[in-house]
Amino acid sequence: MTIHNIYIFNKNGNLLYYHEWNRIKQTGMTRDEEAKLMYGMLFSIKSFVNKISPTDPKEGFLYYKTSKYTLHYFETLTGLKFVLTTDNNAQLVRELLQQIYNQVYVEYVVKNPLISLSEPIESEIFKIKLDALIRQSSIFISKAA
Amino acid sequence: MVIYTIYVVSKSGGLIFNHDHTISKIENEKTFSYPLDLKLKYENKRIIVEFGQRDGIRPGHVLYAVNGKEVTNCQIDDGQDVFEVLENKDQYPLTLKFGRPKMTTNEKIFLASMFYPLFAIASQLSPEPKCSGIEILEADTFKLYCFQTLTGVKMMAVADKNQSGVELLLKKIYELYADYALKNPFYSLEMPIRCELFETNLKSVLDVVEKSGVSSI
Repeated sequence: MTIHNIYIFNKNGNLLYYHEWNRIKQTGMTRDEEAKLMYGMLFSIKSFVNKISPTDPKEGFLYYKTSKYTLHYFETLTGLKFVLTTDNNAQLVRELLQQIYNQVYVEYVVKNPLISLSEPIESEIFKIKLDALIRQSSIFISKAA
Repeated sequence: MVIYTIYVVSKSGGLIFNHDHTISKIENEKTFSYPLDLKLKYENKRIIVEFGQRDGIRPGHVLYAVNGKEVTNCQIDDGQDVFEVLENKDQYPLTLKFGRPKMTTNEKIFLASMFYPLFAIASQLSPEPKCSGIEILEADTFKLYCFQTLTGVKMMAVADKNQSGVELLLKKIYELYADYALKNPFYSLEMPIRCELFETNLKSVLDVVEKSGVSSI
């Protein structure tokens, strides 16, 4: 099992944070363009899910799976979006995303008055804590190790 | 366990077949007094609930009827403007019927062609090489399965989250497509499938899967 990368978007679709752990293939475009493409896809999936759903959705889109990876999506009520890609066997990724929001984002970004909430996150402590949380989770086993 | 809808999308992204298997109608009729405790707005040629939620009526639901008379666009059947009626205190109490918007054929075609780029982008954004497009997409109310054949035709099924064996069902539908659509001399590729045999066989397969699982097909 492995975790590939994480994207954090704010409600306007700006990329706040990106980090990768085990990413083998790059898209060949700049990070900025890639983030726009990713956000555009998620935005479309959200409206697609809303329309195609047989009953009234509450949380809406949860994840999608391809032959090689799974993309997990978690959106807070304030419109903050956490996107984590893992391999197809990963379990309980939703709980991990919630932990990232509760224990890392709220603690080290929201509670830090020096960080503007609409700017990309540069905080060193946020990066360290996020990395630590991901690395100690049971989903994260590096392929190199 | 339920299978809601089946879609078949051609290589170029057009919807060539769709079948609604089980679609539950969500409709609520309620009597309201003045003033209305829901906020309504006119959008895309229908009146939808913008804010407010009660008795099963939720934001996004469409106003279908006022006092039993159907609403088309912004007008009631007898020619009155809906918003004028709703704002007029003397007309109350009013019986309003709300429901989840039904998908029109146009919307289905639109959605099917919308899935095509999503499928492609998912494979482009992959962190691993040689990745396929979306195979399963899960939301809290349903699970969408997509099976792409070697020739690029996509078989899609919207099913209940607990329905098992949908992947095998899609392969079976591919088999039916090959047998009854492609072998039909009056069927031309990439065009909508209007073959009776295909449809009847598909229906019976769906019924069998819902009742006794995939192992029995």
